[in-house]
Amino acid sequence: MSAELAEPASKIELPAGVGGGGEIPSFDVTLRVRRYNPEVSEDATWDDFKVTMYGTDRVLDALHKIKWEIDGSVSFRRSCAHGVCGSDAMRINGRNRLACKTLLKDLDTSKPITVEPIKGLPVEKDLIVDMEPFFQSFREVMPFLINRGHEPTKERLQSAEDRERFDDTTKCILCAACTSSCPVFWTDGQYFGPAAIVNAHRFIFDSRDDAGDMRLEILNDKEGVWRCRTTFNCSEACPRGIQVTKAIAEVKQAILARKI
Amino acid sequence: MDATQIQSPRAAKVGAGRVAPQYNRSGSSKGNFEMFAWLFMRLSGVVLVVLIFGHLAVNLLVGEGIHAIDFGFVAGKWADPFWQVWDLAMLWLAMLHGTNGVRTIINDYAEKDATRLWLKTVLYAATLVIVVLGTLVIFTFDPCPVANGVQLPGGFCPAP
Repeated sequence: MSAELAEPASKIELPAGVGGGGEIPSFDVTLRVRRYNPEVSEDATWDDFKVTMYGTDRVLDALHKIKWEIDGSVSFRRSCAHGVCGSDAMRINGRNRLACKTLLKDLDTSKPITVEPIKGLPVEKDLIVDMEPFFQSFREVMPFLINRGHEPTKERLQSAEDRERFDDTTKCILCAACTSSCPVFWTDGQYFGPAAIVNAHRFIFDSRDDAGDMRLEILNDKEGVWRCRTTFNCSEACPRGIQVTKAIAEVKQAILARKI
Repeated sequence: MDATQIQSPRAAKVGAGRVAPQYNRSGSSKGNFEMFAWLFMRLSGVVLVVLIFGHLAVNLLVGEGIHAIDFGFVAGKWADPFWQVWDLAMLWLAMLHGTNGVRTIINDYAEKDATRLWLKTVLYAATLVIVVLGTLVIFTFDPCPVANGVQLPGGFCPAP
């Protein structure tokens, strides 16, 4: 048995040519990538790369092809490449998206596709930005469960309705697409930003958490929720479809309800 | 440099700390000013809709409408405490609503602290002048001003 690990024969007769997924259309596409290397020049430039890609490919695949086959110095972050880790948020054709969730065929391939780093955070190289200011704001809202009661001996139970209350904001993957799409954050880096507020919302409205008041007090800062101008850029940018602006509005209401 | 120490390429670029200084919140702002400013914007907006459309209807639509507006019409309105209060509320709410809106825009768009300070100084000075002057006019308005015993031209008042 040990030597024979071949695939078992198919039980269905398939005609030749079927089963390989068929012919995937391929097309040429130009990627216009924002390049920045502080060791070479203080100025950022645009580089065009023409690559042949397939209809099933994403922008990330094109970037891989460029890095692996054309120019190894192109730098970008990516980790899981499947829209979960939140590493490869970038500005594609002027909109913040995840490179791993944006299919090339959904973009206008007749024109060059522009790929830039997300705005508002310091660029380190090419498409890589310094995420530290973003995570600093995230940490400041205390994104962890705080419970003053006795330590339970089993898990903390919660009704389905209570869980539903903050379900939307549990989806955040901290990709910074929302915060770096916010025009307030572009000029005022001190603003907590949508992502920090979303993650505060996730605990403020969690019935098991006791530190909602502390988080509301933190976000009542002059750089907190009142800085939001409801432009909805964040809701539009979120690759997880979180209603970010709605979450911010709910935190505003919670602060008002507590104060008045 | 010690062999175990890892070079930090971004340190020179962004300053002393790990986070560039423009991202560090300058102290915690105690108080609820921004909250009340936000709330005032919404409430004054709702009230202003009533006040302004009421004002427009009374001035431009009711009676002879736009043809009735002249010095005498305004003088007649301000002889009535009701319209004095109405116009005063409109003046104050509109000025504060607008000032707060421009203040927000300055906060959003001014990139340098000095620019922000100067724009806001000009804004607050302009607001103060208009609010004080407007309030003064509404309450001290005299349709028949007399200077040195001689009536000033206007033509609406009976001879003294």
